[in-house]
Amino acid sequence: MEIYYLAAGIAILVSMALGVARAVLGPTVFDRILAVNMFGTKAVLLVSVFAFFSGRPDILDIALLYSLLNFVGVIAALRLVERGKHYANSFSREDLEDEEENA
Amino acid sequence: MSLLVNIVLLSFLVIMAIAVLRIKNLLAMAMLFGLYSLLVAGLFVVLDAPDVAFTEAAVGTGISTVLMLVTIASVRDSHEVENKGRNSSLALLLSVVMGVALMYGIHDIAELGDPTAPAHTQVAARFIESGQAETGVPNLVTAVLASYRGFDTLGEVTVVLTAGLGILLLLLRSEKPRVKGKKKDAG
Repeated sequence: MEIYYLAAGIAILVSMALGVARAVLGPTVFDRILAVNMFGTKAVLLVSVFAFFSGRPDILDIALLYSLLNFVGVIAALRLVERGKHYANSFSREDLEDEEENA
Repeated sequence: MSLLVNIVLLSFLVIMAIAVLRIKNLLAMAMLFGLYSLLVAGLFVVLDAPDVAFTEAAVGTGISTVLMLVTIASVRDSHEVENKGRNSSLALLLSVVMGVALMYGIHDIAELGDPTAPAHTQVAARFIESGQAETGVPNLVTAVLASYRGFDTLGEVTVVLTAGLGILLLLLRSEKPRVKGKKKDAG
């Protein structure tokens, strides 16, 4: 049984690595928000698998908390993106200043 | 599996720390900080400290990220100002010295779960033996936190309360601070 947990854990770690790569590379803020959300989901899965692997299913509570917080964080970020046009862009600072001079 | 998870999560941590340093977009930086905190919380779970992982997840991933995002919304500028020509060699030196000091300090820390560590052989036995009689609290962890370490906890609560009040006062200002040189309709 342990070999299955190990395989699942490694698969989750690989997909976590993909999420980290997307979060670091970007290029837009939406890519990063999505990557962080996905990474949060993978963290929930990893904690769950680890809980059963180490024989302590009570750690599942933490997985539940993570999934709640993940949701809150992403909603907060998206609300901020919705409120201002400058927050969600991937322009450089010079582009922003040009735009402001024109406005 | 713990070793594998530890190695992978710690290398993710290093990548994330470098990424946070290099990114100039503050919103992306806040998101990466949330991710960083999630990684730390995952490491705490592997280290068998679920209570600390709870705190780290709630404070680091939840409240800190939201507070940082609210702050970015308040200052209405999502890009970091580049400081060209600033001398940062002193900061580097300080970081290296601090890192070396911490590495040196690691030698004195007992092994994880070592039953012969001083913390387990001296004070723990007394807490278990006479904790109930001395404090009257059924839960031993609560007894240590609220009674034996009462002053420590009081100080922590004071710090948290002060920080919370400060943040509330800043965020509840009716007039939002503006970045210098920006026009009124820019935000």
